[in-house]
Amino acid sequence: MNIFSLARFGAVLAKEFIQMRRDRLTFGMMIGIPIVQLLLFGFAINTDPHNLPTLVEMADDGPVVRAVLTGMETSDYFDFQGIVYGPEEGDRALREGSANFVVVIPPDFERDVVRGLSPEVLVSADGSDPIAVGTAVGALSGIVETAIKQTLNGPLASYAGSPPPFSVVVHRQFNPESLSSVNTVPGLLAVILSMTMTLITAVAIVRETERGTMETLLATPVNALEVMLGKILPYVFVGYIQTGVFLIAAEILFDVPFLGSGWAFFAGFNIYIVVNLALGFLISTLVRTQMQAMQLSFFTILPTILLSGFMFPFAGMPGWAQAIGTAIPATHYLRIVRKVMLKGAEMADIAGDLRAIAVIGAVIVLISLLRYRQTLD
Amino acid sequence: MTDDLAVSVRGLTKIFSGKTVVDAVDMEVPKGAIYGFLGPNGSGKTTTIRMMCGLLTPDGGEGRTLGHDIRKEARAIKENVGYMTQKFSLYGDLTIRENLDFMARMYRMKNRKQVVDETLRDLGLEGRGDQLAGTLSGGWKQRLALAACMQHKPRLLLLDEPTAGVDPKARRDFWDEIRRLSKQGVTVLVSTHYMDEAVQCDYIAYIAYGKKLIDGPARDIPHKVGLTTWRVDGPDLIPLEDALRADPRVQQVARFGAQLHVSSTDAKALDDVIAEWKKKNGTHHWVKKEAELEEAFIYLMANSDDNFGQTGKRAS
Ligand SMILES: Nc1ncnc2c1ncn2[C@@H]1O[C@H](COP(=O)(O)OP(=O)(O)O)[C@@H](O)[C@H]1O
Ligand SMILES: [Mg+2]
Repeated sequence: MNIFSLARFGAVLAKEFIQMRRDRLTFGMMIGIPIVQLLLFGFAINTDPHNLPTLVEMADDGPVVRAVLTGMETSDYFDFQGIVYGPEEGDRALREGSANFVVVIPPDFERDVVRGLSPEVLVSADGSDPIAVGTAVGALSGIVETAIKQTLNGPLASYAGSPPPFSVVVHRQFNPESLSSVNTVPGLLAVILSMTMTLITAVAIVRETERGTMETLLATPVNALEVMLGKILPYVFVGYIQTGVFLIAAEILFDVPFLGSGWAFFAGFNIYIVVNLALGFLISTLVRTQMQAMQLSFFTILPTILLSGFMFPFAGMPGWAQAIGTAIPATHYLRIVRKVMLKGAEMADIAGDLRAIAVIGAVIVLISLLRYRQTLD
Repeated sequence: MTDDLAVSVRGLTKIFSGKTVVDAVDMEVPKGAIYGFLGPNGSGKTTTIRMMCGLLTPDGGEGRTLGHDIRKEARAIKENVGYMTQKFSLYGDLTIRENLDFMARMYRMKNRKQVVDETLRDLGLEGRGDQLAGTLSGGWKQRLALAACMQHKPRLLLLDEPTAGVDPKARRDFWDEIRRLSKQGVTVLVSTHYMDEAVQCDYIAYIAYGKKLIDGPARDIPHKVGLTTWRVDGPDLIPLEDALRADPRVQQVARFGAQLHVSSTDAKALDDVIAEWKKKNGTHHWVKKEAELEEAFIYLMANSDDNFGQTGKRAS
């Protein structure tokens, strides 16, 4: 009698679907959250990084310097707002955020160019705002090259066509590595799914405790596995919808490519969704009210955002943070999504990541089944 | 011997965070009986019932429900028991039919559609199957909840204050239904704090502050409580009532319509009081009567309140 009953599992499943359909607000949120998040993040990603405030520290002046600066200004990326004297002043401006770039022209720049010593123009960028400065930095060398070519005539004409007579060194401050926009959007999928899937399941189960229906449920012969599967499966479909909405929006709004295998993606995201739903189930066994369920769910979001490699490059994190990160499903899913969407990965390329999620998932399912109470104690 | 007992528990104890909520309760519910489980709010009725059907694990004691061990065979108990919770706990966002269907599936019933249709017809809700359960009135919710836990034809019904907050007409209908089920051989354990419901039970147990004070067949309860009662009617009952209440030899004065029922467990002292009043004032008509369940019930209620007052004082 203790064995799994399809009839009871089916009953829980059907009930959950009906309740989900009638709960318009939650349903709307499940569809709305990915779109809103994508738009919010997408807005930041898409912010046209034009007219970024830029300062110049000029220790020299001359036709080449002016050509470089004019080139930068006409590119529209940089907006020269003034001149600074000495590195402290430039650093302070970057720290305060009053400038995103400081361009440093070293002493005797013109002379060294003419002598062929290839002096360096230092561009200090505010790396803490990588999305804003990334594109501008990327465009920098091209801008400078073009500007030089147009200026290099007269005595300097001999340099035209050869490598530039000086180099531009970009120095990112505060955040040596930077995010790229295409990297952010797929990563966002991991975060959104984790957030909504965990929260929705936890709330859906705790709601039964709060409304008292859990008592009726427990008084019937239904067992833990039937309840768990019946409650989780409907939200797997919500995960499908969210992912579908997300992929379409990512393609339309941000031109994020999808280079790899659809099956690899499908396998990864199914297992990832189930793990997050199981996590929500586990949370529901730890709390008594919907409010607590929400708080605990949001609490799990923080490490997901910070330690999974979504926000900061995983390889750059200290050992302890990597250790925690490895235990987070999003860390592995993030890799799967990036590999598949951006690097064209096939099933074989993500096998290790899939295994990792499966192991984490098995542990979560086991703990939640053990914690699930067949009584009201 | 346990064969004719639907429920038999001994020394049942439950402690919530250091507080003994159910304290060594023994109870025996004979098969086929309507068993009234009485006691004031917070006395431990719900907790006791939950332990009987395996929803709570006892901290002490043991017992069997329908022959199954309450600690080890909860699932077997759940298959055969219909438990109606104190608070309405069907799904408010499901329709009446969906709720009934859900419960039928939980018990893996065959011919679900037919069973649910039948239940709806018995309830007189054929036309309203598609109404959301949450929109029903209090009385209808109770009836639906009863019907839902009855569908799988359990041999034992555990009803936890099924008529709390329901209007008198709905309560009468509800009790008609319980008696009808009882006639079909279903054992009914019903908790209540309505006196007029207590008198409809075959057996009664009274619990206060987690301790069972008394139990037995309903007709034996007044005797067990040991009350002697005099009935008095006549003019100016209000001053008489006040005077009797002030007399320490009188333990209880209860008003029933145009009569007072004057009771005490000390028959001798009470007889003295009555004799004095008869001498003092001849306009009242006094009759010694058999104490009934009503008086016994009021006595028990008043007594448990006293217990509470004393423990309260001692604690502070
Ligand atoms: N889950 C619980 N945790 C802590 N205390 C509880 C719990 N359930 C009931 N109680 C306490 O146990 C006592 C008895 O409650 P209950 O069995 O519901 O009484 P009744 O049903 O007779 O009103 C009350 O004081 C109540 O506050
Ligand atoms: Mg109660």
